[in-house]
Parts: sequence; structure tokens; C-alpha cells
Amino acid sequence: MYIAPDLLDAIRAHGAETYPEECCGFLLGRPTARGNHVLALRPVPNRQADHRERRYTITPADYQAADRAARQQGLDVVGFYHSHPDHPARPSATDLAEATFPGYTYVIVSILQGIPDALTAWSLAPDRSRFDAEPISLTEPEPSTR
Amino acid sequence: MPATSTTSVTIHIPTPLRSFTGGSASVEVTGQTVGEALKDLVRRHPALEPHLYTEDGRLRSFVNIYVGDEDIRYLDRDATAITPGAELSIVPSIAGGR
Repeated sequence: MYIAPDLLDAIRAHGAETYPEECCGFLLGRPTARGNHVLALRPVPNRQADHRERRYTITPADYQAADRAARQQGLDVVGFYHSHPDHPARPSATDLAEATFPGYTYVIVSILQGIPDALTAWSLAPDRSRFDAEPISLTEPEPSTR
Repeated sequence: MPATSTTSVTIHIPTPLRSFTGGSASVEVTGQTVGEALKDLVRRHPALEPHLYTEDGRLRSFVNIYVGDEDIRYLDRDATAITPGAELSIVPSIAGGR
């Protein structure tokens, strides 16, 4: 994943804001041969009815709205982010069981006692058996796309 | 020539699945129902199948199929009839947690 530092900070801030509940949102950008280039974020409410401190849900309607918004900016939905309140920034068994398609970048930020901690990126293996860690390469901020 | 019994429709493919459709953002398929159209899609692009269907052949729970703006769960699901030129979309719902 390629992303500007201020976007990573915005993900961390969203996780701190919703703590002790999980935050979630979309990564908008462009798929490239070297990985997804994230150029904008689209935070969305956690639609999970209960246990939002350990579960998140993004509805198909949210996806469609994000997809439309992305296309209006000449971008695509390239992934998702969510927080793990008081839990490590690695995919859980639930994350794997609910995983969608290989090719999306899944960002996870750990929020410990309300303070953002580790932030990691993952992608689903082509055989759906596991998440593989994705390197995070920092880019220059691109204000024109936000 | 027998009268044609097929209906040609378009299925829009989410970005990450385009690596399984040769890069195509949409695929023309045939079928009288949503179920038939999806079966035609995976026949044309078999690498899509494990990402859309479970091993026992059911649509994965996070895979939502829309005909236009309507979720087929609120229509007749797989048996939802489609008309020529219909546009189908594959829309994921996303979930997880610690």
C-alpha cells in the first residue's frame, strides 16, 4: 500500500474518536502493479448493532455510496480500515472469516486506552487461507485529491 | 432458427475481482434469472468462483447481488427474473473485529 502520512494520521484519529468502539471506513485510490495507492479516505459509521467494541459492519449501501463517491473523483474502492480497541493490530479469526476479496487492502489500527498505537496493512491470500502483511510505503500528501 | 431463450445482461465487477476477469470492469452474460447469470459468469471466468461461492455452492454471506438498485435478497434471490439489458452488481458487505 502507498499512502500519505496525513491519511494514516486520519485513520488513527478516527480510531481514537470512536474508542472504545471500533471505527471503520473505506480506502479510496488506484490499484497499481506495485500495490494499492490510497489517495483518500471515506469514514463510515460502524453499523454493527451491538458489541461495537469488538465488531464492525459496513453495509452494501455504504459500499455503493463509497464506490460512487470514488468514481466521481476518478478513484476506486481499494480497501477498508478498522480499529482494534485494546487489541493488537493484526487480523483476528473474525476478520479472516468475514474477509471479502483478495486485492483489497485491509488497514488495522490498534487503539490502546484511547491512544492510537500500531497501524498495519493486510491483504487476503488468493486461496483465502490467511491474511498476508502488506508493506506500507509513505508518499507525499496529495491535497488535490481530497 | 429457434426462438432465443437467453437474456443478455451486464454484471459489474468490483475492482479487486477484475484480476480474475482479464481486467474487465463488466462482463456480458446470459441467463433468465440472477442465478443463471451468475453461473454463466463463473463459467466464463472460473477463477471467480471460490470468491463468490462457498465450497457447497452457496453465495458467500458477504456477497450481495443487486439488479439495478435492488438487492436480490428482497426480490426472489437466485430465482429473480432478469430482463434484457439488466445491470447486475456484485457488492460486498464488510465486517470483522478484534
